[in-house]
Amino acid sequence: MAEQKLLMTEAQMDKAIHAMAEKVIEDGLSEAVLVGIKTRGVPLAHWLARRLAQITRKTPKVGELDINLYRDDLSEVAEQPIIHKTDIPFSVDNSGIILVDDVLYTGRTIRAALDALIDFGRPKFVRLAVLVDRGWRELPIQAEYVGLTIKTKIDEVVKVMLEECDGKNEVLLKEHFSKRT
Amino acid sequence: MSLSVRHILSVNDLTKKDCALILKTAQNMEEISERSVKKVPILRGKTILLCFFEPSTRTRTSFEIAAKRLSADAVNISSVGSSLSKGETLLDTAKNLEAMNPDILVVRHAQSGIPHLLAQAVDCPVINAGDGMHEHPTQALLDLMTILKVKKRIAGLHIAIIGDILHSRVALSNIILLKKMGAKVSLAGPASMIPLGIEQFGVPIFYDIRKVIPSADVIMMLRIQREREADSFFPSLREYSRFFGLNKETMKHAKKDVVILHPGPVNRGVEIAPEIADGEHSLILDQVTNGVAVRMALLYLLCGAKK
Amino acid sequence: MKLAITNGRVIDPSQNLDGDYTTFAENGIVTSIHRNKKVPPGFEILDAKGAIVSPGFIDLHTHLREPGFEYREDIVSGAKAAVAGGFTTILCMANTKPVNDNASVTEMIIKRAKEVGLARILPVGALSKGLQGKELAEIGEMVKAGAVAISDDGMPVMHGKLMRHALEYAKSFGVPVITHAEDLTLSDGGCIHEGKVSTALGVAGIPEVAEEAMIQRDILLSKLTRHRLHVAHVSTETGIEMVRQAKKKKLPVTCEVTPHHLMLTDEACLEYNTHAKVNPPLRTRQDCAALIEALNDGTVDAIATDHAPHSEDEKSVGLGCSNFGLIGMETALPVLLKLVHQKKITLKKLIQLLTMGPARAMNLKGGSLKKGSPADITIFDPNRPVTIDPNRFFSKSRNTPFAHWRLKGKVLYTICNGKVVFSS
Repeated sequence: MAEQKLLMTEAQMDKAIHAMAEKVIEDGLSEAVLVGIKTRGVPLAHWLARRLAQITRKTPKVGELDINLYRDDLSEVAEQPIIHKTDIPFSVDNSGIILVDDVLYTGRTIRAALDALIDFGRPKFVRLAVLVDRGWRELPIQAEYVGLTIKTKIDEVVKVMLEECDGKNEVLLKEHFSKRT
Repeated sequence: MSLSVRHILSVNDLTKKDCALILKTAQNMEEISERSVKKVPILRGKTILLCFFEPSTRTRTSFEIAAKRLSADAVNISSVGSSLSKGETLLDTAKNLEAMNPDILVVRHAQSGIPHLLAQAVDCPVINAGDGMHEHPTQALLDLMTILKVKKRIAGLHIAIIGDILHSRVALSNIILLKKMGAKVSLAGPASMIPLGIEQFGVPIFYDIRKVIPSADVIMMLRIQREREADSFFPSLREYSRFFGLNKETMKHAKKDVVILHPGPVNRGVEIAPEIADGEHSLILDQVTNGVAVRMALLYLLCGAKK
Repeated sequence: MKLAITNGRVIDPSQNLDGDYTTFAENGIVTSIHRNKKVPPGFEILDAKGAIVSPGFIDLHTHLREPGFEYREDIVSGAKAAVAGGFTTILCMANTKPVNDNASVTEMIIKRAKEVGLARILPVGALSKGLQGKELAEIGEMVKAGAVAISDDGMPVMHGKLMRHALEYAKSFGVPVITHAEDLTLSDGGCIHEGKVSTALGVAGIPEVAEEAMIQRDILLSKLTRHRLHVAHVSTETGIEMVRQAKKKKLPVTCEVTPHHLMLTDEACLEYNTHAKVNPPLRTRQDCAALIEALNDGTVDAIATDHAPHSEDEKSVGLGCSNFGLIGMETALPVLLKLVHQKKITLKKLIQLLTMGPARAMNLKGGSLKKGSPADITIFDPNRPVTIDPNRFFSKSRNTPFAHWRLKGKVLYTICNGKVVFSS
C-alpha cells in the first residue's frame, strides 16, 4: 500500500461545502446554475446544491459535463478515456454558471470544461468551485470557491472519494503509485 | 478502455466488450448531434479519408457528418475521381493513400475483401463501410443500437431478416453480430437468394415470410436490387412484392410491439409498402440518426487506438 | 555420353521394379538396369545413395505463358521450374497470346523448347480457333507440327456439338482431347467453391455442378465418338465418381487431379487469399478424401500441377478480381510426398501417377526406365526437410498457396535425355 494521509473527513467536507454555499449566497449568486464536471464534480455539485437549498429553500439546477471530448491530450494518454454523457438540462445562454470539480490541479480540465460550456451557448459568467486546490497550475485558472487549499508534491495524488462513486466520503493524500513497493 | 481491434473489417472480430464500448460511446455522443453547435474538438487535426469505390450517398454522408462533428477533416475520394479506373492496382492506391498520412481510412468497395487487403497494406486503422456481398459492420452496429434503444435488450429477441440474403452484406453482418449478442435470428426469402452454407451461422431458413413474422420482435427488411430480376433470381418485382414484401396484410400477423428496420434506400412498394415504411413500427429514420452516433463512436475509438 | 546411376533405390512402376539397381544410360537412352554395382569404364557415375531413382516425372498440365505473357513465365523459366521440380516432360496449354491454335505457334514453341533444351516441352493445341469455342482450330496441322493433344483449357467448350466434332476430328489424327469441364452459365461470376467459405467471405461461389455437368457431357460424348477424352483437374467427389463409372464401362476416358485439389480445401481462401483462387476451385475435405481414394483405386491416371503463373499485380487486386491459378511444378513433389508420409498412398503409387500414368494417358514415350526408354530420370530424397520459399523459385511467378509450408522431399538430380539438367 502506498503511504496515504487523511486530508478531510466527511464532516470536514460537509463543513467546507457549506462554507462554499454561504460564500456563493454572500456573492449574490443564488440564481446561478451548477455544472458538475464528470465524474466526481457531479455528486459534489449536487452536494453543493443541497447546501444552497438549505439556505435559500430553492434547489439550483445541476448539469453534468463530460470533458473528454475537449481534452488536449488524446494522443498522450495510454488508455483512451471512456466518453460519458453530457447533460445540460437548461439554457446556457445568459446563465450564471458555477462549474464544480473535485480537485484543481493543472487547470487543463477546467480549460476543457470552459470550451465545452461555450459550445452550449454564451453564459453570463462562469465561476469555479473545487473541493481541493492542490496547486501546480499549468494554465491561468483560479477557483472562487475552494474547500481546502494545500501544498502538495507534484507526484502526490489527491484522492477525493465520494459516496456515489467510491462508497464513502473522504479526501486522501497518496504518494504516487510509481513509488509503491 | 479501448477496442480489441485496430480495424473494423468484420463484426466477427468484435468482442461483446467491444460492442458494449462502441454502443455506450455512441449513446453518450448522441447528445452532440442535438446541440445548436454540433461539434466537439476531440479529433481536431485528424484526417479521415472516405474512400468510396462504389456509389454511396447515405453511408458516405453519415461518415462525413460523424467526422465533422468530431472536428476531423473528412476527405472524399470517390471512384470517379480516383485512379482505380486508370489501371492503378489496389496496392498502389493503398500506398498512395497512405502517403497522405490519414488517421483513418473508411473504405467501401464493390469487391468483397478489399478493406482486408487495404488494412494489410496501410499503417492506419481501416473501417469497412461495405464490401461486396461480404459485410457492412457499421450498419450492423447501428442496427444493434437501434434495436437496443427500443427493446432494451438483444439476448432472447427474435429477429427476422427478410429478402435478398445472398447479395446482402447488411444481412451477413447482422446475422453474425446479433447471434453473438444472443438474439435468435431467422432468415426468410426466396430460396434463390438464400446462400449455400448460411446454416453454419445457426439460423433457421424459411421460404414463406408469414412463418417468421408472427414470432418476430424485430423485422429487418433488405433492399431488393432491380438488376437481380434480369439475373433470374426472381421473375418480377410485382411477384416478389406479393410473396416477400412487407405490407398491411402480412403485418396483421405481426406482434403488436414489433419494430421494422431497413438499411435503406427503401424501394417503396417492392420489399416494403409505403404505409409500413412510414408507419408506427418503423425505425428506419432512427437507424439513420443512430448511424451518425455509431460512426462518431468508431472514429473516436479508432483514432485513439495504439499501433 | 554415358551415365551410370548407382546405389539408389530404383522405383519404376512400369516394370514393377523396386530395389537397389544400377541404371545405365547411353546417348540419351536407358541401356540397362541391373543389380550389378560394377560400372564399366567410360561411364560418368552419379551416386544416388539414400535417394529414390524414378523415371522422370511427367506433368500433363502446365501454362508456360510464352508467347504473349512472358512477364508471368516463359519457356526458359518454365523449363527451369519443371526440372527443379523433377519434371522431364511437360505439356503446355494453348492459352497463350497469340493462342496456340495453328501450326506456326506450335512450331515456335517446339523450336524455343529445343533451344532451351532442359525438359521435353510438348505443346497442346487449341481445340477451337482463338479458344473462342466456335470453330475448330487447325488440329491436323498442329498435330503434324508436334502437338500431342488438343484442349481449350482455361476456356470451357460450352458448345456441345463443337466438342463432339473436336473429339471426332481429333480421332482422325490420333490425339486425345483434354476437357476443362466447366459450365460457364453455372459458374457465372463465381470465384471460389460455393459453400460455407464463399458465404462467409461474401464472394460469389462456383457450385460443384458447374464442373460435374460438363464432365458428364464430355464422358457421354466420348462414348458417342469412341474417342479418347482426358478430364483435366477433377476436383469433386461426384466428378471423380463419373470418371470411375466411365472406366468401369471401358470408355476411353482418363483423368488427372492436381496436388492442390488433393491437399487443400476452400478454407485456404479465408482471409481473401488470392493464391488459393484457382479454377476449378478448391473444394471440401470430403472431396479431397474422395480424390485420394481415386488415386488408390486406379480411377486417376495422373497427377498434374496445372502450373498457372500470374504476376503479383494480377493477384493483388482482391479475391473477386484476381486471376485464377497457382503454380505447382516446384512444390509438387514435397506436397505430394506428404500423402506418402501420412500413409494415404504408397511411394510407388505416387511415382506411378507422376510417370507411367501420365505417359500412358497421353500415349507418350517416357515414364519408364525400361531398356530403350528415353533416359529421363528423377532422383530425389523423400525425407529431406524443406520449407517452401517462393523467393527461390525458378518460375517467374510466386503465386503458390504452399508458401512457408514445412515439408519433406527434395529433388536431387533431374536427368533429361541422359544429361543432368538439374542438381540441387
